[in-house]
Amino acid sequence: MDSVSAWFKWLHQTSGIKLTIFYDRYDRSRFLEGLSTTLELSAIVIVLSLFFGAIVAWLYGTKYQWLSRFVGAYVQLFRNTPPLVQIYFFYFAIGPLLPKVGGAPLLGSMGWAIVALTLLETAFTAEIFRAGIEAVPKATIEAAKALGYSRAQIFRRVVFPLALRVTMPALNNNLVNLVKTTTLGYAIAVPELLYMSGQIWSEQVNVTEMMIVLLLTYIAIVGLVNQLMQWFEKRLYVPGFGQ
Amino acid sequence: MQFAKPSVVKLLGLFAAAALFSGTSAWAQVDTLASIKQKGKMVVGVKADYKPFGFFDPSGKIVGFEIDMANEIAKKLGVSIEVIPVVAANRMEFVKQGRTDLMIATMSYKPDRAEVVAIPEPFYYASAAALFAKKNSGLKAWTDLKGKTVCGIQGAYYNRRTGDEFGAKLLTFKGSTEALAAFEAGNCVGMVFDSTFYAGLTGEAKWADYAIMLPLIDPEPWGMGLRKEDTKFAAFISDTLKEWHKTGFIIGLEKKWGITPSPYLVEQNAKFK
Repeated sequence: MDSVSAWFKWLHQTSGIKLTIFYDRYDRSRFLEGLSTTLELSAIVIVLSLFFGAIVAWLYGTKYQWLSRFVGAYVQLFRNTPPLVQIYFFYFAIGPLLPKVGGAPLLGSMGWAIVALTLLETAFTAEIFRAGIEAVPKATIEAAKALGYSRAQIFRRVVFPLALRVTMPALNNNLVNLVKTTTLGYAIAVPELLYMSGQIWSEQVNVTEMMIVLLLTYIAIVGLVNQLMQWFEKRLYVPGFGQ
Repeated sequence: MQFAKPSVVKLLGLFAAAALFSGTSAWAQVDTLASIKQKGKMVVGVKADYKPFGFFDPSGKIVGFEIDMANEIAKKLGVSIEVIPVVAANRMEFVKQGRTDLMIATMSYKPDRAEVVAIPEPFYYASAAALFAKKNSGLKAWTDLKGKTVCGIQGAYYNRRTGDEFGAKLLTFKGSTEALAAFEAGNCVGMVFDSTFYAGLTGEAKWADYAIMLPLIDPEPWGMGLRKEDTKFAAFISDTLKEWHKTGFIIGLEKKWGITPSPYLVEQNAKFK
């Protein structure tokens, strides 16, 4: 580690390339904190949005019309307004209205980022799942019905597993998009990667270097997500279906 | 918070240097003092959007801390005064072109600025980093911030010290409005910003329970600007400033305009006494 930091110090002295995250203790700790926050935020929102997305997709087909209308309105609202506006809205408009716990707000930056991004991504995931559900052949559902499955059982055991396989490519795209969208946390001071890097470049005035580092880091994170999804897709592979 | 634009400043510096080397005698023989006396009027560039240093009063006149200083200089020279509102982007250019004889416009001293205009010492003021918090927050020292969340503005030079040396968690935003909104909503125990910024807040009712809780740190000196070649005028301003520091004139102005006492002025007062 010492030799690495020494090399980057030497690089700065000889070429002016200022990568402080490799030799400045404080900058390094900030960058790593940003990286872990981005990964944490992405993971939480991925899990939540998959879970709620499945529920919302299921509610689309409910026999209660008011419920399916409500769900439709929610999806339209979140798909058709700018994500940055949404996150600002939650943090600055809704945040101050909530009751306070011991003088501090109920939800901080991170909390609101999770709420806002989950609501946004759930709307997209639900649409993807719905498309997948519609792709499940009617005959399969009718066969399940004939076997005496209830509506919930059909969804859980027949429709959802098949729909999930159909939606894998679109879902993969969406998850990559989600990881990219976590950078919006920058606007409400979530200590994620872009925010922390912003602190570093505004103090060290090494904007160019940090931009390159950021881009490469996000390529690595997105690559990781892609790998995971491919592995998952292979595991879920059913011969003769979804390919 | 100052965002220096080194490239522009350097460019201006180059122009200044080119003008000097071309040997135009007009540049070399600039004598602002004589021309002010001849005109019977001194033109001063001041801020009009920086309460209480320079701002419009209800009647539309520019008043403030820095305007009082300009008036004092005019009085000393026995001439009338004209104030011209300037902004950070044009204040040095106005001096260079001779549209203003003197600039007193909340300009902090930076070596690259001193290459464009003359900034006589001693400085007349220094802003510093301050912590604004609830009066009952119980904060006594900067080290009390350890582990606590502090709101701030992105890119401020004292953020690093607040986070690294004092161990505070920084919640910083692009602009002061967002940072204040987050602070007001209770997202942080205090807000770290330029000490001068608070002078404009202290009059507002909603900030009545808040105050600057900790001693100011990291002073950044403010200087007046005048034409680079005019050594005579620079010497005059320098002498005036020394006198002001000696008599406590600026400390009096600070009181008059309700500005938090700057440790820099106390220090200078002791130095010249």
